[in-house]
Amino acid sequence: MTDRVLRVCALYPDLMNIYADRGNLLMLERRCRWRSIGFELTASSLGEALRDEFDLYYIGGGQDADQRLCAADLLALKAPALHSAGARDAVVLGVCGGYQLLGHAYELASERVEGIGLLDVHTVREDGPRLIGSVAVELADGVIAGFENHGGRTYLGAGQAPLGRVLRGHGNDGRSGFEGARTRNVIGTYVHGPLLPKNAWLCDRLIATAVGLDPSALAVLDDTLEDAAHATALRAAGVDASRSTG
Amino acid sequence: MSLFSLKVAAARAVGALSRLTGRGGTTVPGRLLLRLEPTAIGRLARELPRGCVTISATNGKTTTASLTGSILASAGIARVDNFAGANMAGGVASALLARGGRERAQIGVFEVDEFWLASVAPALDPRVILIANLFRDQLDRYGELETIGDRWAEVVAAHRGRLVLGADDPLVAQLGADARDPMYFGIEDPAVARAGGLQHAADSTRCRRCGGEYVYERVYIAHLGVYRCSSCGHERPHPTVSAHEIELDGVRGASFRLVTPAGSTRVSLALPGLYNVYNALGAAALASALEIPLETIATGLRSARPVFGRAERLAIADHDLTILLMKNPAGANELLRTLALAAGELDLLGVLNDRDADGRDVSWIWDADFEELASRVHHVTCAGLRAAELALRFKYAGVDGARITLEPDLGRALDATLAQAADHAVYALPTYTAMLELREILERRGVAASSWERG
Repeated sequence: MTDRVLRVCALYPDLMNIYADRGNLLMLERRCRWRSIGFELTASSLGEALRDEFDLYYIGGGQDADQRLCAADLLALKAPALHSAGARDAVVLGVCGGYQLLGHAYELASERVEGIGLLDVHTVREDGPRLIGSVAVELADGVIAGFENHGGRTYLGAGQAPLGRVLRGHGNDGRSGFEGARTRNVIGTYVHGPLLPKNAWLCDRLIATAVGLDPSALAVLDDTLEDAAHATALRAAGVDASRSTG
Repeated sequence: MSLFSLKVAAARAVGALSRLTGRGGTTVPGRLLLRLEPTAIGRLARELPRGCVTISATNGKTTTASLTGSILASAGIARVDNFAGANMAGGVASALLARGGRERAQIGVFEVDEFWLASVAPALDPRVILIANLFRDQLDRYGELETIGDRWAEVVAAHRGRLVLGADDPLVAQLGADARDPMYFGIEDPAVARAGGLQHAADSTRCRRCGGEYVYERVYIAHLGVYRCSSCGHERPHPTVSAHEIELDGVRGASFRLVTPAGSTRVSLALPGLYNVYNALGAAALASALEIPLETIATGLRSARPVFGRAERLAIADHDLTILLMKNPAGANELLRTLALAAGELDLLGVLNDRDADGRDVSWIWDADFEELASRVHHVTCAGLRAAELALRFKYAGVDGARITLEPDLGRALDATLAQAADHAVYALPTYTAMLELREILERRGVAASSWERG
């Protein structure tokens, strides 16, 4: 396995990082290195044209003003590469604001921030409180837990699959029971906390997918603390930890 | 007796009752009074002959208020205050109630939660508003930084008194742009600037006015430093109260030359770290705005002692336990940076809770640079409601799993920490409610100092 390398591109890590998105990147890095999978991290920020030459793209959440700056840049300089990545089944993971930008648009009271339409979703800032709290979501292959904090409500297009079903928390819009969106390996979610440290099993699925391995081919790690953290996050959301597979 | 006095008397009686029954007495009477009489804060504050001052910041409110108190004590000015973190409207009202009608308190010193400043300041009509810094903290409670910036701008626009602002925080300094004669404080010492520039947890790196990027000539803490917007040219205002020639004495203290419009003098603090130099500067600037003489300010700062878990040290068994409150990434980074100045390998007790006062969202631990300490950790025991996630954070920061103990129960975790300790010194890093729990445990064991009564 020593010749495998996970090439990660972090989009706007200087701006889209409000919910400790760094934790997700750190998790990917350590879990690769412990298995002797190479890990290369490249940052791509404002003003840099993106080429589709990575296995996994990550975009996190930002404050409104930063998110606006990034949205324009994403459309102008990065959209073709990300569409190409999605089409060839590279992993694209958008969390919170990053998720919103992977959709068609984010409509605020007086403006519309265009996304890149890689996921068939659109987000609207409606009246009503921010959707904040611990969250647990059932995916096809396991449960993820974390924290959500978003003002926007995200709606899925007619053919768009969600990432999972809300067990506890608000999810995309607080009503539909859906959380996130997923099209093949393009994933958007509001679950931060950050996502991967609290859900090491998902981190491993992403690593395996991105480097083209079956998840069962990954070396087994001592995940005592990872499992305990996952169980704590589930419990914080009010879900019995024994429900989780992974 | 007027109706208002009756309401005040009723709220006081409830306060006395809740103190008798032991717990939770801090904000109950104030909250009750505000329900009986929403304008009570303003009416009580007007009775203070020297008015009042407010202190707001994400980090350092309590310590800055305590340092201000120490300066006022040196000046012989009796005060009423809301120390101990009771910094929302109920806490301020309770403090005013506790003053009593015939006591001699002349001035009110109130630390005010950043979100509550907008609702408390107009009623208090403070002589001086101090706003020191704005860091990423408890976003689940408050929304994002820009929202708080907007609220503060409204407060500043309506404020009639003096404004004291942190010059080194761009978002805070910009609040002074349209204010009448704001007073700025900041650090003037290139030797303590960070070699690596901005830390990961840095906030507010873009100009609030034009969206341009700030270019830093120096970074002291997170996004605090000497900066200039590359686009519109907004730059750090010149601080008239400043710290020069800073010497950091590990986890024990710090000293610096304090410069104010009245002159300059050397100050030694019994509080460690650059963040406490900022707290001292804030208190000194506030006192300058109250026209307290420089030497009195310096005497007050020198005599100040750590409060309520902020670098407080106490003896337990054969150990010297230092308690360092950890509440957000920027604050935690400064503690970690200060801890890194301590000699030898470190024995740590990390306690992570997620109650409302801690912030329900514990994401922030991934923004704090635990990596700075990773190679120095002899052993770390992780406790609290989210103990496992803190333990995981230490693991991914690079601490070997064999050096990490997961023990959610705080009492047992304290025992484990002391048993594991290689050295005399032990450091506890609790979040806010975890610090209160630790204090209770230490009190039960007869270790806690009585100075805690007051916070």
